[in-house]
Amino acid sequence: MSVAAINTQVDAHVEEVHEHHEEQNFWRKYVFSEDHKTIAKQYMIAGIFWAVIGISMSVVFRLQLGFPGINLSWMKPVLGRWITETGTLDPNFYLALVTMHGTIMVFFVLTAGLSGTFSNFLIPLQIGARDMASGFLNMLGFWFFAVSGVVMFWSLFLHTGPAAGGWVVYPPLSALPQAHLGSEMGMTLWLASMALFIISSLLGGINYITTVINLRTRGMTFSRLPLTIWAFFITAILGLISFPVLFSAALLLIFDRHFGTSFFLSEIYINGEALPNMGGSPILFQHLFWFLGHPEVYIVLLPALGMTSEIIATNARKPIFGYKAMIASLLGIAFLAFIVWAHHMFVTGMNPFLGSIFMFLTLIIAVPSAVKAFNYITTLWRGNIIFTPAMLFSIGLVSLFVSGGVTGIILGNSALDIQLHDTYFVVAHFHIVMGSASAFGFFAGIYHWFPKMFGRMMNNTLGQIHFWATFIGVYLIFYPMHYIGIAGFPRRYYQFTNFDFAKSYTDLNMFVSIAAIFTFTAQFIFLWNFFYSMFKGKTATLNPWNSNTLEWTTPVVPGHGNWPGEIPAVYRWPYDYSKPGAAEDFIPQTVPYSQTPESNLPHETAFIAEEEELGEINLNDQFRTTH
Amino acid sequence: MIYFLGILSVVFLVMAIMVITKMQAVMRGVNSTIESDEPVANNKLNGVMWLVALVLGIVGTVWSYLAAKDGFLPEASSPHGRRTDELFWFSMALMMIAFLAVNILLFYFSWKYQYKKGRKATYYPDNLKLEILWTAIPAVIMAVLVFTGYRAWTDIMSDAPDNSLVVEIMGKQFGWMTRYGGSQDNKLGNYNYKLIDDNVQNPMGLDFSDEAAFDDIASTAEMHVIKDRPVALKIRARDVLHSVFIPHMRVKMDAVPGMPTKFWFTPDKSTDEMRAELNNPNFDYEIACTEVCGRGHFSMRMRLIVEDEASFKKWQAEQQTVLATVLQSKPDYIARIPENLRAKAMKYAPAAAGADSTTAQAGTSTASSASLR
Repeated sequence: MSVAAINTQVDAHVEEVHEHHEEQNFWRKYVFSEDHKTIAKQYMIAGIFWAVIGISMSVVFRLQLGFPGINLSWMKPVLGRWITETGTLDPNFYLALVTMHGTIMVFFVLTAGLSGTFSNFLIPLQIGARDMASGFLNMLGFWFFAVSGVVMFWSLFLHTGPAAGGWVVYPPLSALPQAHLGSEMGMTLWLASMALFIISSLLGGINYITTVINLRTRGMTFSRLPLTIWAFFITAILGLISFPVLFSAALLLIFDRHFGTSFFLSEIYINGEALPNMGGSPILFQHLFWFLGHPEVYIVLLPALGMTSEIIATNARKPIFGYKAMIASLLGIAFLAFIVWAHHMFVTGMNPFLGSIFMFLTLIIAVPSAVKAFNYITTLWRGNIIFTPAMLFSIGLVSLFVSGGVTGIILGNSALDIQLHDTYFVVAHFHIVMGSASAFGFFAGIYHWFPKMFGRMMNNTLGQIHFWATFIGVYLIFYPMHYIGIAGFPRRYYQFTNFDFAKSYTDLNMFVSIAAIFTFTAQFIFLWNFFYSMFKGKTATLNPWNSNTLEWTTPVVPGHGNWPGEIPAVYRWPYDYSKPGAAEDFIPQTVPYSQTPESNLPHETAFIAEEEELGEINLNDQFRTTH
Repeated sequence: MIYFLGILSVVFLVMAIMVITKMQAVMRGVNSTIESDEPVANNKLNGVMWLVALVLGIVGTVWSYLAAKDGFLPEASSPHGRRTDELFWFSMALMMIAFLAVNILLFYFSWKYQYKKGRKATYYPDNLKLEILWTAIPAVIMAVLVFTGYRAWTDIMSDAPDNSLVVEIMGKQFGWMTRYGGSQDNKLGNYNYKLIDDNVQNPMGLDFSDEAAFDDIASTAEMHVIKDRPVALKIRARDVLHSVFIPHMRVKMDAVPGMPTKFWFTPDKSTDEMRAELNNPNFDYEIACTEVCGRGHFSMRMRLIVEDEASFKKWQAEQQTVLATVLQSKPDYIARIPENLRAKAMKYAPAAAGADSTTAQAGTSTASSASLR
């Protein structure tokens, strides 16, 4: 049978399938959808919802930190009893806010919101697949996340408040309800919510990995994958290996809390009573927690770096510099991510020798990270840069990645960490390098792929205003925060008035709070732009950024199955921008070398011979095999 | 403050209104605003913004550093503290170079290589030599930092010298307690968490079946140490995690229930010397908690007093032993002490236990003379 005959058959079949799927009712189409694009949007909306809550919380405690004892009675309608009779914020609730801000931002916004949205949206579209390997597991993954969110949201309204022992929930504080108001029902729900969340990320993770390995279209070899997909792929592997360890920690903590075991408890006297627990170790929990907790930093950051690579190359109209070095550094960072966790524990009483090993391993991470930063900069060098909001946020991300990264080298040094551990220096460090940088990746991704998601454009000028306000705002918040940390201010303090050494810098704290309020306010520009453009934005063109990757070969609004006809084959890497000799400044991945003799590099002519073979195989079309 | 906030919110409100009006104008004219020589609206403006941000950023960095540097790293009062401070500023200088170099290049390139009509970007996909170069340079810098950091760390974490003053510090919700080996045997007695009992004034769980515990003294208000004599802290917690933080001494170590930890340092400036140096007669060394431990986490303050040996001895002699406090609050506690030690324990009992009040006094004074030897 000739190739053409197969193709027409497939086409006919696809049409038929397409009609079949349009019969879906509202619930199957928008709520319990198995379509990766819908699930991605669900993750995105959920992520934005949680981001609004999480960031609002930070504004509330920033008010207390910037203006100690400030009268917050006007918040009484929302916070109720948590505002004391004198109008101040309740110290227990302060800790609850800090804890919930951390949990929500790290897990719900930057893990589920960022990775969930873009892994789901981009993996099938950029590798040329009809959908995820298992649409059902994908749907299940989102709904586990949704339920986990409901449980966490519920805990906010408890009489005793949500969990409040810091997002790291170190026992014994988190294990003993009598130790802390936040360790009562709030902690139970926190653990339940996290257990559900971990299930959700595992379901997502195995799906991403399977899809990337198995469902790439013909010609899409690993060496032709966009860096976004490499980043999502590696992130999913990180999550798959590390999240179960957090699950075990959560499970053991549940046992300690409810079934009288002593995994993390030993020799405790509390509230006039000596507990019977002996032999447990609180340090064990910290090891288990940070075995996830550290890779988690990269689970949050790598997708952002991947998307940035794609966006910077597209908008600098240049190939990403050092494609292979970028992959190697991603792999290097991912590998090292597993063997540096104890740098969070230098002063926990862990064996100092272990501390020196972890210091050595931690500082090695600076090497692949530096390679990435230099490669980004070289990509900009002699480019032809177009400042779309996505590009601005990507450049901003590189700046934040470096500015926050260098202080990590200080903190990773165990001798220096003695003074700086658990001070605002740490807070400033990770908010820049992990929090803000990843959030910038989220924004960049939304601005860049919004046209593909909703078939409409977001407003450019508003996006640019949003970027500059956020970029400047983030630096104004977190740059001075390093100073507060160098002065030794400990984190998670309700106020600093009890200590002489922390009496300085009240003005600086006030400044940071004002900058935080300013930056928070600026996000409403984004919210407006996002929701307005979703319905009223300018209609998008097929390939608005003149990009090379596969998602821009789909219709403006891709339907179920993504490509109406056959899935296109891939003939080249995704970064042929401004290739010498080519008429346009981009050559999409679907253009064969045989069609571009004027721009082919010497070694590339060899690929022309393989192209005919590529045209004949079509192994991965689910629509063809499953129906 | 509330007025200030009020003004602030008005400012934000005005800004928000301005943005929204601008937004509507932009939305209306969205199709016409894109000039033909710009790939997206405001491309040139954004290019210039990078340069503006770069200049303002550098000015802000330098100015804020000069304005804030007086509050940095409180004056170190221990040799290891000065060493880590040096290391900190050395690393910080290297990092500032990297921070500035990378950001300057990034911002400058963003401005310099902004879109120009008709220009084509340079196709420059890789260069192995460059990659090797900028893998090697950070690797060498890291090697230097690891090496210096490792040496400092192992020295700081080494075993305490033999002549150290041993002080136990225990964290609890929400305060610190210190304990000294006492002036007779200068040895900390055993403890057991099951013997902790706030009602009988034994909050640290001293085990009085161990003679060494008899003359132990404890304090909830202060820690006293001797200038220039190493201090070996034995750290524990009785309820949840705490962390001993003495900012001026560059000391930080978690207090873990069920797992005693340690840290040693040498205070080499007395409280009085620091008061003179800082020109602040109210200065005090402080101990704080840096591991979140509950509602009162922010208020776990203890004073640290660094003084000469004579004042330390004087202070030590004035303290009542823990045993005396226990027997004072609950005289029949004596029944819980093993029979063969009761007679010795009774020497520490205050007047209430039946003996005359001089016994305890005599006990402590002989003790201090004994340990002066």
